[in-house]
Amino acid sequence: MSILTEDRSDDPVRSLLTKFDLTDMQSGVWLVLLAVMVLGWILVGPDFVSGGNMTNMMVRAVPLGIVAMGQTLVILGGSLDLSVAYLISVVTVLSASVMDGDPNNIPLAIAVALAVGVGVGLVNGLLVTKGRANPLIVTLGTGLVMKGLLSSRFAAQTGSAPREFQILGYGRIGGWLPLSVLLLLAVFMIAWWMTRSTRFGYHLYSVGGSKEIARLSGVRDDRVIIGAHVWCSVTAAITGIFLVARLGAGSPWVGPEGVYDLESIAAVVVGGTALLGGRGGVPGTLAGVLLLAVLDNMFNALQVDGFLKSVLRGVIIIAAVASYALRSKRKDVDIA
Amino acid sequence: MNGTASEAQVDPEPTTLLRLEGISKSFRDVEVLRDIDLDCPPGEVHAIVGENGAGKSTLVKIIAGAHQPDRGSLTLDGEHLSFHHPRQAQAAGVSIIYQEFNLLTDRTVAQNIFLGREPTKGPLIESRKLEEDTVALLEQLNVSGSISPRAKISDLSVAKQQIVEIAKALSFESRILIMDEPTASLAPPEVEALFDIVEQLRQRGMLIFYVSHRLHEIFTLADRVTVLKDGDQVTTTGIDSLTPDSIVRLMVGRELSDYFPEGADQDQIGDVRLRVHGGSNHLVSDIDLEVRAGEIVGLAGLEGSGRTEVAEAIFGVEPFEAGTLELDGESVSIRRPRQAIDHRIGFVTEDRKSQGLILPLSVLSNSMLPLYTLSRRERREREEVHEVPEGSSLTMQLADRVDLRAASLDQEVRFLSGGNQQKVVFAKWLASDSSILLFDEPTRGIDVGAKAGIHDLMRGLANRGAAVLMISSELPEVIGMSDRIVVMSHGRVAGELPSGASEADIMLLATGQSHGRGGDVLHPVGDEEGSSTETGGDEPTTVSDDTEDDYREHGSEGVSR
Repeated sequence: MSILTEDRSDDPVRSLLTKFDLTDMQSGVWLVLLAVMVLGWILVGPDFVSGGNMTNMMVRAVPLGIVAMGQTLVILGGSLDLSVAYLISVVTVLSASVMDGDPNNIPLAIAVALAVGVGVGLVNGLLVTKGRANPLIVTLGTGLVMKGLLSSRFAAQTGSAPREFQILGYGRIGGWLPLSVLLLLAVFMIAWWMTRSTRFGYHLYSVGGSKEIARLSGVRDDRVIIGAHVWCSVTAAITGIFLVARLGAGSPWVGPEGVYDLESIAAVVVGGTALLGGRGGVPGTLAGVLLLAVLDNMFNALQVDGFLKSVLRGVIIIAAVASYALRSKRKDVDIA
Repeated sequence: MNGTASEAQVDPEPTTLLRLEGISKSFRDVEVLRDIDLDCPPGEVHAIVGENGAGKSTLVKIIAGAHQPDRGSLTLDGEHLSFHHPRQAQAAGVSIIYQEFNLLTDRTVAQNIFLGREPTKGPLIESRKLEEDTVALLEQLNVSGSISPRAKISDLSVAKQQIVEIAKALSFESRILIMDEPTASLAPPEVEALFDIVEQLRQRGMLIFYVSHRLHEIFTLADRVTVLKDGDQVTTTGIDSLTPDSIVRLMVGRELSDYFPEGADQDQIGDVRLRVHGGSNHLVSDIDLEVRAGEIVGLAGLEGSGRTEVAEAIFGVEPFEAGTLELDGESVSIRRPRQAIDHRIGFVTEDRKSQGLILPLSVLSNSMLPLYTLSRRERREREEVHEVPEGSSLTMQLADRVDLRAASLDQEVRFLSGGNQQKVVFAKWLASDSSILLFDEPTRGIDVGAKAGIHDLMRGLANRGAAVLMISSELPEVIGMSDRIVVMSHGRVAGELPSGASEADIMLLATGQSHGRGGDVLHPVGDEEGSSTETGGDEPTTVSDDTEDDYREHGSEGVSR
């Protein structure tokens, strides 16, 4: 076998280098994040990278970050979830109503929120797999159903979170590390662990890469997709719980106002996960979420006009996706 | 899982690993395999050869459980088998490696080999064991130094990807391995490496089915050869009793029973309309080709020899990167299909349903598609050529000309039969007044009656002065329709033959067994010969060095992908 070139990817130095391969989109987005931080430092001043501002940016990234951890898995499996924004709203009003200012109700409220998340995820997953319906349409549909329920039952802020619960939104450990950031990191770690170390994760990448190959290899593709949808809806529910802690009440419009559906997809894609599935991962998404938060913060500090801000965000998202497309195209040619 | 053991009978001959008895298979009333019998011992490399469409793929897919036979039985180690899913065949020890690999390109070697069977502890993957098991498999193939279990498939060469497929087969403890054109995209040194592995597997007692067009490889590797022709088992015999020539003779040879329209007379053939000189891109090299007004040039060759790629290059789908393209003596550059259409080139593609027609649109919309992309002036100019009489329409006139049978011009083309669909594709290029026409497999999937109609149409176009290039895998069609035949092999023009060449002439050029230029027929073999169905290898001649060298000249510079 002298003819086949030696493989040295086990060489520690080399493997470290390949881990930070610029053509690897996941590492690339972390570098871009770093570059934007430096840019902010230059444009805004040293305050931009102060501990206070850094924590501030991270806390701002928490709600989007949590739901993007769910969206990543759904997209990795080749599906999509547009229902998360309304699900977040539903969860805030439900859990805030259940709590109704009484700390004794907190566990029940969390249980209700998670149960709603699991339920919606199951419905989405079943319709996508067993119903063979397009995920875009299915989740748009379930989202609209929830929107209808919200507007018929809740006109304004409802319920209230007890002070004890609001610690989740504002509490800090040791006076500096926000609990909310810990929450995001915990969700991230779970998602990372699931994708990296579990059979579910392995099969999720396989189904997203090629449903046919996965199925012929004995992977139960439907279960994998349903699992991803349940996880995604659960992350939306956690985001909802967090927002209740933050707002002190449930709000029927907090989800759509935060544009969590499209923003979470944008964060996933900016983070280097292929929209068609099978390639990418949660570390990239975390960087994508932080990147969007840092840019927001920078624009605010520079007092960029609101419309221009939106335009710039759009340009950045398109640029990111286009650069990935070009890169993977070039890679294809290399292989050929 | 392991098939059903209906009869617990002990095989009288322990030397038989796989037995096929009377295997037959039809697809939509077309019999593609008839009464195939095989008896294969372990440790044999069994080559399966035949022309395009001879039934090779169907046969190996039946063995691999991807198709179910209509009649006949498979016996593995004395146990009767009936597979309903490739997964069952895999579990029973039958693996197949298709030309298109079944690998997930974004996952690692280890993840691919054990996909769906990962070693787990509860919900967790035991990634260390996964890698160790993979290394152990790769060690068995002596490639653990060159393929890392953590390497991503997309980072591996095609040769290495193939080894990963072989390792996957080993992981199932397969006793039978089927390889479909395994060397099609390998460089010569990689082919040698593959041969080493095949030899190793053979020594370990694996039965290997080797489907290949490359006769030279078969003579290097195979113990026995089964020749298929039109779904019949022509012969199964030891390699020693065959020569490349005798195999080719067995593969071809049938009567030209179909009706074909008369070829062009010399005075009907006009000036050169299309000339390619030294045309090359990453798929084909050094193409020299001429098509004159009024003539039909047949472009023959095996699947993957670059025929379609030549047509696509001319039409600007994958343009030539080097060489010249001349239309009516003027050098032109065609980088996009649109430019080809501007030059009045029409392309009837191989895959009607995905490239030729927009299925949910009507006959009218489809047939007007290229015409309506043109500028208004250009369009009017081309419309006027048709001289549509008052009270009629261009589509009506065209439908009449191609003898289209449709309920109405508003009928969606997906409801039409294959033959009528193809006529709509023809109408499309007639509408835009194309006079250089490229036909890729114009009668594929069309029933016999409609075929003759398509043939008449093509000849009619040539008689009216069009220059026609026709690609076909059906040798009788190539011979029956062409005024000249250009044969391709490994992305190059292997030679040119005059009309009336025999199937054997074409196959010898296509398999790289002979050279031919300007009608230089090296192996004049009659059509009637070599069609004996009993045994092959009437004259056991040895492979001449000559033939081997011929192969190398063609093979070493073949397309790499």
